[in-house]
Amino acid sequence: MTTPVLEARDVTMRFGGLTAVRSVDFTVNSGEIVGLIGPNGAGKTTFFNCLTGLYVPTEGTVSYKGTVLPPKPHLVTKAGIARTFQNIRLFANMTVLENVLVGRHTRTKEGLWSALLRGPGFKKAERASEERAMELLEFIGLAHKRDHLARNLPYGEQRKLEIARALASEPGLLLLDEPTAGMNPQETRTTEELVFAIRDKGVAVLVIEHDMRFIFNLCDRVAVLVQGEKLVEGTSEVVQADERVIAAYLGEPFEGDPGAAEAPESAAAEAGAVADSTPGTTKGDVQ
Amino acid sequence: MISVTETTKNPSAAIAPRGLIPLPVSAARALLLVGGIATAASAFLSWTWTSEFPGDLTVTGYPGGLQWLTFTAGVLTALFTIASYGVRGLGWLLPARNNAPLVLLALGGFGTTWYTVIAIATKLDGLANLEPGGWVAAVASLLPVLGALALPEPVGETTKDTLKAYVAKPDRISAPAPTAPWIQRAAITVVSIIGLGVFTYGIDTEYGELFVGYLIVVVFALWAMHTAGLLDRFSHIVAANRSFALAMGFVAAIAFPFTQTDDHYANIGVNILIFGTVALGLNIVVGLAGLLDLGYVAFLGVGAYTAALVSGSEFSKFSGVQFPFWAAAIAGAAASLIFGVLIGAPTLRLRGDYLAIVTLGFGEIFRIAVNNMDGQSGPDITNGPNGIPSIPDLSFFGFNFGNPHDIAGFTLGRFANYYLLMVLIMALVVLVYTRAADSRIGRSWIAIREDETAATAMGINGFRVKLIAFALGASLAGLAGTVSAHVTYSVVPNPYQFAGSTPPNSAFLLAAVVLGGMGTVAGPLLGAALLYLLPEKLVFLQDKSLLAFGIALILLMRFRPEGIIANRRRQLEFHETGQLDVPDTETLSDEPAVTKAGA
Ligand SMILES: Nc1ncnc2c1ncn2[C@@H]1O[C@H](COP(=O)(O)OP(=O)(O)OP(=O)(O)O)[C@@H](O)[C@H]1O
Ligand SMILES: [Mg+2]
Repeated sequence: MTTPVLEARDVTMRFGGLTAVRSVDFTVNSGEIVGLIGPNGAGKTTFFNCLTGLYVPTEGTVSYKGTVLPPKPHLVTKAGIARTFQNIRLFANMTVLENVLVGRHTRTKEGLWSALLRGPGFKKAERASEERAMELLEFIGLAHKRDHLARNLPYGEQRKLEIARALASEPGLLLLDEPTAGMNPQETRTTEELVFAIRDKGVAVLVIEHDMRFIFNLCDRVAVLVQGEKLVEGTSEVVQADERVIAAYLGEPFEGDPGAAEAPESAAAEAGAVADSTPGTTKGDVQ
Repeated sequence: MISVTETTKNPSAAIAPRGLIPLPVSAARALLLVGGIATAASAFLSWTWTSEFPGDLTVTGYPGGLQWLTFTAGVLTALFTIASYGVRGLGWLLPARNNAPLVLLALGGFGTTWYTVIAIATKLDGLANLEPGGWVAAVASLLPVLGALALPEPVGETTKDTLKAYVAKPDRISAPAPTAPWIQRAAITVVSIIGLGVFTYGIDTEYGELFVGYLIVVVFALWAMHTAGLLDRFSHIVAANRSFALAMGFVAAIAFPFTQTDDHYANIGVNILIFGTVALGLNIVVGLAGLLDLGYVAFLGVGAYTAALVSGSEFSKFSGVQFPFWAAAIAGAAASLIFGVLIGAPTLRLRGDYLAIVTLGFGEIFRIAVNNMDGQSGPDITNGPNGIPSIPDLSFFGFNFGNPHDIAGFTLGRFANYYLLMVLIMALVVLVYTRAADSRIGRSWIAIREDETAATAMGINGFRVKLIAFALGASLAGLAGTVSAHVTYSVVPNPYQFAGSTPPNSAFLLAAVVLGGMGTVAGPLLGAALLYLLPEKLVFLQDKSLLAFGIALILLMRFRPEGIIANRRRQLEFHETGQLDVPDTETLSDEPAVTKAGA
């Protein structure tokens, strides 16, 4: 029996005149690995940002295990959705262990007073956090690098560390934004195994990826986003066979043409930069 | 496992190392040794004929004033040169077995001696005022420099590279032999005593020239110890004996007023402590949470005014009210906390520079508001530009801080009493800082500083933890302010401004944090001590002191952006040193670097 973990209803995200995500309905069930694919600029990352509260969707709601989530990133994480970023966003000048400990923020509650007074409760909580973090580092195979600065890790390990940091918040759903970008085939394979292992721990996974082999190997279900709209959704076979998907990827003149696709994208990015400089309206350029 | 490293990344450095001055190594060493001894000896001669130059350098047979500095530099040069001969028992002085410490010590002796000689000639108008002893000192202090420059160093591609090699710290230093815990503790004790002595000497310098000479010697000596690897060794020892080192530091700080006969120097001490405490509070805001606060001194002001208002001063609006100090301290910290929250709550939701602008504005508003609340242009609360004078001294259980007290045969004056109180408050702030930094909340501050978006996506309520940092910083400044009100007898609006030529002001506080080293405990304290002493001692700079300060700041940011005392993170951030942050559990090879081809 499957219960929905994540339910997005009619999510729309507009940036001025550009509609990056257009009335997307989306469900992830417990125990599932779901793929989200689509050409560059299709709105996949924007959709993730809407799910995690980094963007406030123009329309629509996101609910986790039946409760509607407020569009605040820290509350979303607290509810049980953790994520990684397309452009790795580790805390570069913190150690590997510290990065994972920060991930445990929502599952611990020692405040300033407890830190200043250092009662037995504080020490116990710190020790428990560290143990849990070390377990995660062992799980992804970085335990031996616990005291390295995150910035000094090789690229592939940085991606893995980001996953460990996300897992530290004990999520029920993990969102991965292009977890294998920049990895060699072998690293991609280990990441594949890692994702299966995460699912086996009972965490549902929603993954964005351009590597089709990775996606079709991994996912129980795949959704295709094109120009902000959900085009097809179904099992790997269904999606692979769908003509519209093939067209979207192989490129019909009006959407696949690189020149045409890039121009509006960069214009939008500029618009984003301008919007950024007005205080309080956007929350920074999130990739 | 054989690992060989190139000491220089320069391929053309394959030429055999040689000295800038062509001399055999043995001659170079001899020159250093003889020069060092001669320099030290020259301090016993008479350098000038008149005691008009401060410090009385006229006596033959006994050094005075600046001559002591020449003496010290000469002795250090000779000592390290002897160690470089490989004399048993002195090997620990040169863990890296490099020449840079010798070069730097020679330069220190040369610098301070020539500075003195030139200062005599300019102050007394002419070289004729130099006795033969002065000339001897000048020549003697030049010898070690010549010797040092004759020591072989790898020849770089450009002259600049070659010169750099002379003062460079090697990348790899052999791991120390394990030492017994008691030796480590003894080392910490000795260093604390020497540190106290050096610090006390600096505070007690009576005239600008002596302070300049002192700075030259101290800077070069510390630089030499740094390149020798001694400072690294010491910080390892400190890390292994943290609580003992903290206790020793605390004891040394307490010992300071007992070494003073003149309460004036205790006054300098207490002011440094106040300045340092506030800088450490600011370090939570700037160094940990990464929030740029340009109006921080206003929180010190809020604390000081609160304490003044409830001090029982007859000029206070509430002249009848006299809080005991603990209540006044809590009131001051609480008032600052409230202001911190009031300023922080609306602005900390914004990103980037807005906070800097708002805090800058708040700082100025505070000063102007306090200036105007005199009953004419505003409500009568702060007595306007006249401030609140005649703040009575504190009194604990009959121990009046205003009177001198005899303790164990030492007389502690008014400022010494406050100094001791301030040491306690500083200890409290250090404790708060270190405990907060190493905890869940401290990690979330650093995470916010590193990447706010990622931090919020990890479940950190950015606004909340930033507000906590801001409020904590503000209340610590307020706490320091309550003492400062009593120390200075009166509070007036003027010192609480953004920039001025004397500390504390917001610019100086920020500079103390950045100069000393963001995110460290010792950094802001050292930065505060330096920034307080420089304008205090170098009166001759006067109106040019801000210019000199600006130049110094630019130079430091160019050559050591992580500050004098580097946080490990910062050091790695600014200098790409690859994987050197690997904890050095494995013993590094003690072998010399790769033999140069053709050598
Ligand atoms: N903050 C913003 N302001 C304005 N436009 C934005 C903003 N963020 C994204 N966009 C635009 O929304 C569209 C979708 O971008 P998004 O990053 O979601 O694509 P994507 O599917 O993740 O692409 P890729 O595969 O390249 O990562 C793009 O045209 C982009 O320029
Ligand atoms: Mg994307």
